[in-house]
Amino acid sequence: MTCSLLHPGLLLILAGLLIPFFHGVRRTLFVLLVPCLALASIWNMSFGYDCSIQYLDYELILINLDSLSRLFVTVFAITVFTVSLFCCKQASSRELSVAFIYAGGAMSVVLAGDLISLFIFWELMALASTLVIWSAQGTSSWQAGMRYIVIHLLGGVILMCGITGYVNETGSIMFTEMSADNISTWLILCGFLLNAGAPPLSAWLADAYPEASYSGMVFLSAFTTKTAVYVLLRGFPGTELLIYIGLFMIFYGIIYALLENDMRRILAYSIINQVGFMVCGIGIGTEMALNGAAAHAFTHIIYKALLLMSAGSVLYMTGKRKCTDLGGLVQSMPVTAICGIIGALAISSFPLTSGFVSKSMITQASIDENVLWIWLLLQAASAGVFLHAGIKFPWFVFFQKDSGLRPDDPPLNMQMGMIFFAVICILLGVFPGLLYFMLPYEVNYVPYTAAHIVSQLQLLFFSGLAFFAMLPLMKRTLTISLDFDWFYRRLGPMVSDRVFDNYGQLQKVINQRLADLKLYHYLDNKLNIQLSLGMGMGMIMLVFAVSLSYFLF
Amino acid sequence: MKQNWFYRESSIKKIWIGAITILALTVLIEVFLALHPHFIIERLFAFHAVYGFMSCVGMIVFAKVLGYLIKRKDDYYDM
Repeated sequence: MTCSLLHPGLLLILAGLLIPFFHGVRRTLFVLLVPCLALASIWNMSFGYDCSIQYLDYELILINLDSLSRLFVTVFAITVFTVSLFCCKQASSRELSVAFIYAGGAMSVVLAGDLISLFIFWELMALASTLVIWSAQGTSSWQAGMRYIVIHLLGGVILMCGITGYVNETGSIMFTEMSADNISTWLILCGFLLNAGAPPLSAWLADAYPEASYSGMVFLSAFTTKTAVYVLLRGFPGTELLIYIGLFMIFYGIIYALLENDMRRILAYSIINQVGFMVCGIGIGTEMALNGAAAHAFTHIIYKALLLMSAGSVLYMTGKRKCTDLGGLVQSMPVTAICGIIGALAISSFPLTSGFVSKSMITQASIDENVLWIWLLLQAASAGVFLHAGIKFPWFVFFQKDSGLRPDDPPLNMQMGMIFFAVICILLGVFPGLLYFMLPYEVNYVPYTAAHIVSQLQLLFFSGLAFFAMLPLMKRTLTISLDFDWFYRRLGPMVSDRVFDNYGQLQKVINQRLADLKLYHYLDNKLNIQLSLGMGMGMIMLVFAVSLSYFLF
Repeated sequence: MKQNWFYRESSIKKIWIGAITILALTVLIEVFLALHPHFIIERLFAFHAVYGFMSCVGMIVFAKVLGYLIKRKDDYYDM
């Protein structure tokens, strides 16, 4: 392998493996230094291919750097740094270690120039993210992690099938723009979309992420869905279907978040909602829309991490997640509340926050394309974001009825992590040029016009009015909402229980028959009845195979 | 103990007055400012305010109705 500079993804993976050997201050310094090194490395690389490995007949390219991949690696590195700062003193080495491997996997996916190395790191991410969930320990995170990995391994198999077909058809393993017009590219698209949280399997996200620890979920929110956005941006820009999928995700996220009582599940649903905006932008496919999708991924990772750090601080200090148990925390956790509110304003695209300068580009793309219905839906969705994340999260956690809880703000390093991201949210909102110069296409867009600010403020303020006018309808209840996961959490187990019950019955009948036939005595005592049943099945299959081969040849 | 500013009767009143003033201002400013509408529908006065409010009401009501169908007790899967 030849690499001209340090591969940031592999660096993080290696660092992840080394974290357990560091303790105390050294561990803190180590986890803060490594992401800085990754960032320095990516900004000192020149665009183009680098780091190639010969594998079988193929040449794997581990680094394909252009402005798009640099944008994503940059935001990943900044996030790893900040979340590490947030939890460097509190998190277990186990969690930090797998989180670094997970982040390194995500960076390597983004940098991968070919489909094989992309797939390898894609699967590494699936495994490492499951370990992040399990790091929380406890039955619920164990079970949720199991459900999570089964879905992601399924996605991996679908993706692998697509890649094999694609390589077979084109003879090339390079990851370039493709069109979903045959079964292989369709499968690749499905594999990508599964990780983006697209329907019908969106339930994995809100099911698994909130079961991670207070810091684990911040790591989780940043990487899996956003690498999916990245590969869609590179592989399938302008695929019309993505507009509809994106719009569905947007409203799915809003409606489920409105019904939800757990503050971290509210934020999990809002990840799907925000990724929906990006997927929709990728579907529109103009330069403005693709820039918007990339910019929105960048800003979203930051403000969502900020929101989750705020929620994580509340969970860390109170041990409570449900809105029905929380409320009035602004009185004793002012820093956490202010940072949470800044994150909430950014996700709602308030002027002077990062969300305003990124989401507006996607909306502008629908105006440029002159498609009224998409624009109307996007505007309604913008209002809905303010409703479900912008007001609902801060209102039920920090204000509303006083729960009587008086926890302090979290330890200093956790506060610093939040404050740092809150500052970035404002900074990008005030100086959008900082973000725009990193985007894949040239930006000819001015977000701050008087007309745009006024119309956006009208939209948001009156959504706020709707929230408070309809507050009785928003009353929190101790409930969850059924989703597609019902099929594998309820229906599946019900069916299998029934089948195994019948199997038990069958076994009894067979036992009886064997006893009647006096065959039982010929079987060794150690051979149990399952074995004889298995042998019986084996015999039948053998007969079947022989007769099949007889007919075939 | 002194009550937090956000929970005092007097400040709740102030917050309401402030909020209503801001709501009114964002709409009234449209009289003095051309909003450069792109779609015809945007030419309606205070379109964004009305649209934002109505779509939120719509989503809340839709969620409420859907809630009757899909909401379950939060220990549903633990049983």
